[in-house]
Amino acid sequence: MTSWIEVAHLDDIPRQGARVVKTAAGEIAVFRTVDDEVFALRDKCPHKGGPLSQGIVHGKKVACPLHDWKINLDSGLAVAPDVGCAARYPVRVVDGRVSLSLTSV
Amino acid sequence: MSRMKLVLVGNGMAGMRTLEELLKAAPDMYDITVFGDEPHPNYNRIMLSPVLAGEQTVEQIVLNSRDWYAEHGITLHTGKRIVKIDRKNRFVEADDGTRESYDRLLLATGSKSFILPVPGADLPGVVGFRDIADVDAMIAAAGQYKHAVVIGGGLLGLEAANGLKQRGMDVSVVHIAPWLLERQMDEPASRLLQKSLEEKGLKFLLQKQTAELVRGESGRVCALKFKDGETIAADLVVMAVGIRPNTQLAESAGLQCSARPGGLLVNDTMQTFDPRIYAVGECVNHRGIAYGLVAPLWEQARVCANHLAEHGVARYQGSMTSTKLKVTGIDLFSAGNFVGGEGHEEIVFQDAGRGSYKKLVLKDNKLAGAVLYGDTLDGAWYFELMRDATDVSDFRDKLLFGRHHIGDSGAGGGMGDEMSRVMALPDSAEICGCNGVCKGDIIKSIRENKLFTLDEVRAHTKASGSCGSCTGLVETILAATAGGDYSTAPSKKPLCNCTEHTHDEIRAAIVDQGFKSTPEVMQGLGWKTPDGCTKCRPALNYYLLCANPTEYVDDAQSRYINERAHGNIQKDGSFSVVPRMWGGLTNPKELRAIADVAEKFNVPEVKVTGGQRIDLFGIKKEDLPAVWQDLSDAGFVSGHAYGKAMRTVKTCVGSQWCRFGTQDSTGLGVKMEQLTWGSWMPHKFKLAVSGCPRNCAEATIKDFGVVCVDSGYELHVGGNGGIKVRITDLLAKVETEEQVLEFCAAFTQLYREEAHYLERTAPWVERVGLAHIKAKVVEDATNRATLAERFAISQKPAQVDPWKERTAGALKREFMPLTA
Repeated sequence: MTSWIEVAHLDDIPRQGARVVKTAAGEIAVFRTVDDEVFALRDKCPHKGGPLSQGIVHGKKVACPLHDWKINLDSGLAVAPDVGCAARYPVRVVDGRVSLSLTSV
Repeated sequence: MSRMKLVLVGNGMAGMRTLEELLKAAPDMYDITVFGDEPHPNYNRIMLSPVLAGEQTVEQIVLNSRDWYAEHGITLHTGKRIVKIDRKNRFVEADDGTRESYDRLLLATGSKSFILPVPGADLPGVVGFRDIADVDAMIAAAGQYKHAVVIGGGLLGLEAANGLKQRGMDVSVVHIAPWLLERQMDEPASRLLQKSLEEKGLKFLLQKQTAELVRGESGRVCALKFKDGETIAADLVVMAVGIRPNTQLAESAGLQCSARPGGLLVNDTMQTFDPRIYAVGECVNHRGIAYGLVAPLWEQARVCANHLAEHGVARYQGSMTSTKLKVTGIDLFSAGNFVGGEGHEEIVFQDAGRGSYKKLVLKDNKLAGAVLYGDTLDGAWYFELMRDATDVSDFRDKLLFGRHHIGDSGAGGGMGDEMSRVMALPDSAEICGCNGVCKGDIIKSIRENKLFTLDEVRAHTKASGSCGSCTGLVETILAATAGGDYSTAPSKKPLCNCTEHTHDEIRAAIVDQGFKSTPEVMQGLGWKTPDGCTKCRPALNYYLLCANPTEYVDDAQSRYINERAHGNIQKDGSFSVVPRMWGGLTNPKELRAIADVAEKFNVPEVKVTGGQRIDLFGIKKEDLPAVWQDLSDAGFVSGHAYGKAMRTVKTCVGSQWCRFGTQDSTGLGVKMEQLTWGSWMPHKFKLAVSGCPRNCAEATIKDFGVVCVDSGYELHVGGNGGIKVRITDLLAKVETEEQVLEFCAAFTQLYREEAHYLERTAPWVERVGLAHIKAKVVEDATNRATLAERFAISQKPAQVDPWKERTAGALKREFMPLTA
């Protein structure tokens, strides 16, 4: 059973942007794409730990603000040829309310 | 649903590159079958010369192993030549009777050596130089026989001759023209080349025409007879007089081909006259040109794959090419029109003793062609100048001496060295200082990942991807490792991979078509991605803002974090804060306020910046608004130390105190900072005012620098103190402070309106030429006033302190974390 924690309303997250959520499991970045898809990743770039929540969101990717690695929001994997992975967290939107699960997948 | 069937005829570099691109774009769209008439999997044909010379092995030049085909579910038929295309029933048939049906067919049949139509051309011992079989035949002959004759003194012929010499043969090169490489070089450069090849032991017979190849007793060729009656011994004859597109199969299937220069005709989407049949590579003729170099083929492959994947947005519009000779120890580069002609001017440098020759051909103050022999490291730069049609009039006097002579003294300390010196560096030598990439890493990555272009090497290794000053070195390593014509590129450089349009085209479209937002631009200009990338979004946001300063609503999500959060992000995710100090002047009250903030927020480090301001480090993002509140209460506004924006005006103390000062440099600096602060720019923009020619404020390495003199003010532009140090150019000399401010506003606005996003004033001035800037800012007083007025209009909405806006609550959520 996934336990969901409500963290925000969809409107609290800017489109093509992100918010940081401070959780018991550390900081998690919640992203919202241009088509209102929502994804959650650990807020640390697999390269040098940059805060992914501060990056530019484009398509289903975010660019790390430190060295411009591109991370796929749906898998957490770095875009090739870079290699690395940011942990993913389950996230869902019900009636505009965004909920997270703190167990990474 | 059953998948479509794609058949590739021609298992060579162009066809296979197309498949690799296609698999990236649409991995599951087709069942793919590949036919190749050679018994090998796809290999790097450019590297046949090093194989012949014994510098590499056949295994080392294989690009796609048989396992690769299997992994990708591709059926590979090697050693089978397709002899028939049945377009009506849509199948191909090989010489052994194998049939394969297709929904789409890709022809990449390449080219074949042109064999001179002379008696004896079909004798054993006569070969071309196109494939591994030819190389094997040459290596076998080298072990058995003594006399080799290469017919053709072009690139391929010289590489063959060099290889055979290395294999121990006695080699003569026969050439019909008066000098070698007449299509790539002019006579003086060619003579230098000939001399150094003769020193290696090669013999040359120029202006000689072959009449006949003579059959020996064994049935093998034994001699070569010229039209003038002379005869020379020849146990091996290599025909390297040129290549012809291999279009036999296409012609037999009734596809339209060109008679001269040959080639299967294709349109800009790489389609033949039969829309189900595509073609790429050396077999095609695009807009009258049949390319024989790898980089244009890569472009074609990319475009073709885009259409096979049914994305339908790419167009191939031809390529500009350059040449390099792959003979170890000989450096040669040529590109464009190096012969000159009416309306062309030539600049020539010749030093026969050092074996160095350079010739540049100019037309209308732009570089039209170049031949370099000996020192070729600037080849890539010249090629860039040609491709970008850069106005070279301002540095014409230094053009011949290379990039590092025009103030480009970056980390690429090896610039000016020959390829051999770069390649003699140990594998542990650091090439890219920014990203710590060594030569060995680059070579390993090029080999393992099959990289052919600079962009690919950058993506995989990061080498030359940051400051770019080692680009020349990386290109040299790439050329030596993967093949010679690396530097070729499409003739037009798009803003990013999301679009086909250039910066200038996009800027013009925004103004002409009145686009008002980023989505409008993307839709109107046919963007290939749904919402752009990190390159185009910030650029479009700036271009839109610059075009409509009073109406455009800024798109925060298209800004890099520093500009969105109005601070500089640091490696630990904290931010730094720089309050503005007008002209570098401050007072005890301001310093006390900064000290109070530093203590109150436990700021771990306080430092003076390069631009004479105070920087507070290590501030958490959520604390930024509170920090700004305190600074704001003390009268500070944002110093914009984080933006592609006007930064600071650095000043010296000037006539108020300094015994040498000629004018009030601090006072003028304050006025200039008040004029320009808050302005968003294509890139960061720094100013300085020095009170006398001793120039203590270092105004001559700034974007806009003022040097005060007794009679007035010298205005200097386009300087840079960063990666590539560039000294400013003198724009004008004026007499009053009011004039300084007007020129400053006009120059700034011209840069804002014309430069490409992320282009500093230094490269912009070099690209458009100082004459252009003078014409708009200095010589035309009306235009100067108009520019200054447009700057004033754009400054009105821009000069609102972003810190104060945010402490008042604007965009508050940007700074507030959520909790769970």
